Amino acid sequence: MENVIQVNGLTMDFGGLRAVDSVDLYVKDKEIVALIGPNGAGKTTFFNCITGIYTPTKGDILVRSTKSQPVRINGFKPNRVTERGLARTFQNIRLFQNMTVLENAMIGKHCRLNAKILGALFRDKKTKAEELKAAQECWEILKKMGLENQCDELACNLPYGDQRKLEIARALATEPRLLLLDEPAAGMNPHETEELTHLIRKIRDEENIAILLIEHDMKLVMNLSERIYVMDHGQKIADGTPMDIRNNPEVIKAYLGEEIDA
Amino acid sequence: MDYFLELFFGGLTRGSIYALIALGYTMVYGIVQLINFAHGEIYMIGAFTALIVASVLTFYGVNTVAILILASIVAVIYSSAYGFTVEKIAYKPLRNAPRLSPLISAIGMSIFLQNYVLLAQTSDFLPFPRLIPQFHFMEPVSHIFSSAELVIVVTTMVAMVLLTLFIKFTNLGKAMRATAQDKTMALLIGIDVDRVISATFIIGSSLAALGGVLIASHIGQINFYIGFIAGIKAFTAAVLGGIGSIPGAVLGALILGWTESFATGYVSSDYEDVFAFALLVLILIFRPAGLLGKAETKKV
Repeated sequence: MENVIQVNGLTMDFGGLRAVDSVDLYVKDKEIVALIGPNGAGKTTFFNCITGIYTPTKGDILVRSTKSQPVRINGFKPNRVTERGLARTFQNIRLFQNMTVLENAMIGKHCRLNAKILGALFRDKKTKAEELKAAQECWEILKKMGLENQCDELACNLPYGDQRKLEIARALATEPRLLLLDEPAAGMNPHETEELTHLIRKIRDEENIAILLIEHDMKLVMNLSERIYVMDHGQKIADGTPMDIRNNPEVIKAYLGEEIDA
Repeated sequence: MDYFLELFFGGLTRGSIYALIALGYTMVYGIVQLINFAHGEIYMIGAFTALIVASVLTFYGVNTVAILILASIVAVIYSSAYGFTVEKIAYKPLRNAPRLSPLISAIGMSIFLQNYVLLAQTSDFLPFPRLIPQFHFMEPVSHIFSSAELVIVVTTMVAMVLLTLFIKFTNLGKAMRATAQDKTMALLIGIDVDRVISATFIIGSSLAALGGVLIASHIGQINFYIGFIAGIKAFTAAVLGGIGSIPGAVLGALILGWTESFATGYVSSDYEDVFAFALLVLILIFRPAGLLGKAETKKV
């Protein structure tokens, strides 16, 4: 098994504040990995660094696309990162609210299409065929997420849980090798969370992609992930299997505070 | 009644031209939240390019309709190149600057382009050949609705329909809508936002150039300053309809065209601008977001 992503000594400074402090992380092919930690630990900043929203101060982010050698993607623009096979969702939903469900998914396909501006203007056969194929693939993805009956609905009219699913569907449409989910279960009730757990596992099994997720819902994290990284104050304080993490005194300290010796 | 119809069609023609220019304002605003004050100059450059092409072709004795078509094509290409370059030079480096900076840069670009044409060409009004042919079938109504007006209105309508279809159904159109709604998210799902912005400027400039050629061959004269007033009027139309909204820009432009036309016809041509801008003030008082604009709800 190969690493889809390998992060070495990633550091992100904002002025004098070190939000992420030399964090190492890797995700293997088809692996589900969780990144946890108390609020303000630097998890989302870490995601922003690897998806190209921030350029990290120090460190390497190496991504392996289908065949090629790993590529260092530091300083790539987000759209170039997406082309390299990384897709993400957000803590707060960021769908294109005024577009339909299908259009949202189709937008995800955009970076995989070759049609140039002339093709778009003159609508030649090749462009049309390509768009049709893209629409079909998007429909398949939506079907997998159980959204196929709402294709023509505006994204803003979907119930909350479905909006979350559509975000994942849109990310999948970019044909990623690694899917980054930022708190996918935020705001969901226990029933929806359980459904989501199955869905994430199904995506991994059927689409053969690796998943790295940030989550506060420990039940979901423990159920789903094969390995867990724990961050606190910008640093990685532990990594290992769910079992290891559960019993790690450092982690318990970070979450619950230190025990006071009587 | 004839007089009314004449004014009606005159207003429709005026409105169509405003609409062609206003679309460029509204599309650019929708995507980069910038008022591109140099847009009127792109329209003026389109008219000048057409004049140069038309003069050369007339010299070689080419047929008028062919001249009109060729001149429009060259003007569209040339103006698009200007629009594209202006964005790269004056706006792109300021994309993350405070919003006032690109606005100032836009005004600077506008003044620069005006003076550049003034120096390169002339400050005089130049006669523009009447390239739009007279149709025989229009003769019975030509006193209220001329052939040139018909061509302008129809061309504009075709351009609008094409633009709407483009935005609605093509990939690039979808990418534009996505970029307008959430730029960061568009980047994250792999849209090259820089290219989308360039495409927006190119399309906006093409429409403006088309407007420039049409109005110049209708009115019959141009100078380096025509972009300024046309730009202000089109900007007014875009704000009237709700800036950022494409149907809004067209609606605003038509309303503005009719207001001016009727005001000129029934009151006095001295009051043309007074009515146009009074209308703008009224709309802004009662519907600050414009006719079709959505009031912004700020999330706290």
